[in-house]
Amino acid sequence: MSTLARKKGVGAVIWDYLTTVDHKKIAILYLIAGGFFFLIGGLEALFIRIQLAKPNNDFLVGGLYNQVLTMHGTTMIFLAAMPLVFAMMNAVVPIQIGARDVAFPFLNALGFWLFFFGGVFLNLSWFLGGAPDAGWTSYASLSLESPGHGIDFYVLGLQISGFGTLMGGINFLVTIINMRAPGMTYMRMPMFTWATFVTSALILFAFPPLTVGLIFMMMDRLFGGNFYNPAGGGNTIIWEHLFWIFGHPEVYILVLPAFGIFSEIFATFSKKRLFGYSSMVFATVLIGFLGFMVWAHHMFTVGMGPIANAIFAVATMAIAVPTGIKIFNWLFTMWGGNIRFTTPMLYAVAFIPSFVMGGVTGVMNAAAAADYQYHDSYFVVAHFHYVIVGGVVFALLAGAHYWWPKMFGKMLNETLGKITFWLFFIGFHLTFFIQHFLGLMGMPRRVFTYLPGQGLETGNLISTVGAFFMAAATIVLLVNVVITTAKGQKAEADAWGDGRTLEWAVASPPPEYNFAQTPLVRGLDALWIEKMEGKKGLTPAEPLGDIHMPNPSILPFIISLGLFIAAFGFMYHNEYSWGLFVGIGGLLITLGSMFLRSVIDDHGFHIHKEEVLEAEKGVKA
Amino acid sequence: MANQTNTGNPNVDLAYRRKKNAEEMKHQVISFILMIALTLVAFFAVGYDEFSHWFSVPFILLLAVVQVAFQLYYFMHMSHKGHELPALFLYGGVLVAFLTVWAFMTVVWW
Repeated sequence: MSTLARKKGVGAVIWDYLTTVDHKKIAILYLIAGGFFFLIGGLEALFIRIQLAKPNNDFLVGGLYNQVLTMHGTTMIFLAAMPLVFAMMNAVVPIQIGARDVAFPFLNALGFWLFFFGGVFLNLSWFLGGAPDAGWTSYASLSLESPGHGIDFYVLGLQISGFGTLMGGINFLVTIINMRAPGMTYMRMPMFTWATFVTSALILFAFPPLTVGLIFMMMDRLFGGNFYNPAGGGNTIIWEHLFWIFGHPEVYILVLPAFGIFSEIFATFSKKRLFGYSSMVFATVLIGFLGFMVWAHHMFTVGMGPIANAIFAVATMAIAVPTGIKIFNWLFTMWGGNIRFTTPMLYAVAFIPSFVMGGVTGVMNAAAAADYQYHDSYFVVAHFHYVIVGGVVFALLAGAHYWWPKMFGKMLNETLGKITFWLFFIGFHLTFFIQHFLGLMGMPRRVFTYLPGQGLETGNLISTVGAFFMAAATIVLLVNVVITTAKGQKAEADAWGDGRTLEWAVASPPPEYNFAQTPLVRGLDALWIEKMEGKKGLTPAEPLGDIHMPNPSILPFIISLGLFIAAFGFMYHNEYSWGLFVGIGGLLITLGSMFLRSVIDDHGFHIHKEEVLEAEKGVKA
Repeated sequence: MANQTNTGNPNVDLAYRRKKNAEEMKHQVISFILMIALTLVAFFAVGYDEFSHWFSVPFILLLAVVQVAFQLYYFMHMSHKGHELPALFLYGGVLVAFLTVWAFMTVVWW
């Protein structure tokens, strides 16, 4: 099998991506699927803002508004932000640690397809009788009463995509622990790799509570269970606890990789090593740990009592300390640096004040007594959009611009990139800043309309205008992608010229095997060290030889498809007699393919030394 | 893995390896017998009427902790070198789970 680029037909390309186990191609799959769901979630956000643009509007009324609102939150968190984070991790982390792939390439593909089918399942609810309508938190007291199948789509879809996320997390843990190149000690790992490591640990511990919560919900809704039903001896608050024991670590699962992305960008475009590297590592681990200790701050108004509220309030405020450490380290990284304001750097610089504003309102919300006022108002909406958009979405856009040349081999247009940034930055603050005040003036969350004459008109109109700015930014970004793909400027290996970490030492896009020879890492910012010593490439840690690669496989796709079919069967088994058969049939497909995976010996294949030499020559020439 | 300090060749260090394996076997048999004994003690604690639940429930939980430790250290080789990270993650998970349950039992529900 040759690694040289060949022209392939459309069918062959599709088959290639359906069966791929290569982390770089899986990253592209995550980017496309996550980007698609991001557009859907964004469209839903626009619909919400159109409905709220003026009082007594009737664009989306009542139940339909609830569905759009629920799907906006669920889609953005589970189907856009999570997979886009995984896209960055897959594209970069194996190369940053000098590995040829993740530890379990097959599992990596399985994780993607499970997420994808879960997401498709969830979104098919629009065409099959209505989407979930109990909010993205889906509190049991609401969701058990919801008629139709909307909540069932939520429960089963999230269950399937949650399996995929859990697999991805375990995969990255094993990869980072076992597959670092010689010389790459833990304290020489790039900050994004550290963030991925801690994030994966959070996934490992946070997703099981969600799985348990969803299974209870599935039992209650589809199989006559009573876990959350007080009339049957259950307790509706259990869902809230299980959800937030997962849900609070989840926001750190999203924002820690964002911190990692910005750490890379600040160091690269300030032409300085990251200030306070070891304190950054410490802060990341500490944020990860504290993330498990604060879930009940989402439930201050449930009535846990003053002692519980006080303890969780103090624990929550403690998180501001490691986060502050990080903020100061980024500022000091830029201090005295040779700063280049590229598109990714613009996002990084804009991130600091935006995220700090979200952090400050976070501490305000953490004060339990004050939270009784903020709770369920637009103040909270403004707070979490400041941290998630100002933190995570800025990071994903920055990371996409920063690593686009590494993923696709072409530089995104910088002018269009900067237009995207300014439109998005202005739109973001226009939309959400005013929402703090709408909340303080008493506008509740999740309502589909409001009356005139209460002083809420102007604020809501401004907010809606801002949303259209962000939509325009997204359109410019899409245009940029199309133009770049059609006639973009070819990127070099060190695409930005100031790369510090290992991913900038391999060609853009990297060959299938990443490194012809595993590199020897001699310190933090391994490539920068070599460049400072006047070397062109990395110091190899092994002689050139045959490279062992895993075979592609369609089984991950089929395993996930089986669960997708099974979910439909079990969802309809109470109304239709075919439901149970389809459900069991789907599970048989899944278990059958898992059986095949176990019994068929697959030793992979080798890329021979001569082919590697030929491919490397092609790159250098 | 780092715990396999020898090569795969069965003829290298034969005497040393035999001794080491015999020692390991001894540990496993002892812990196996102890585990069976602890299980019997647990049954006895439940069956014996003189013990109130306030004694037997924490007592059985304590026995369970000992059993898990035996399982991890003698049967799953966590005592060997190269298991530091799995140990870190296990204890990290136990700590987080403990703090969560502890919070429920002390401040949240009661």
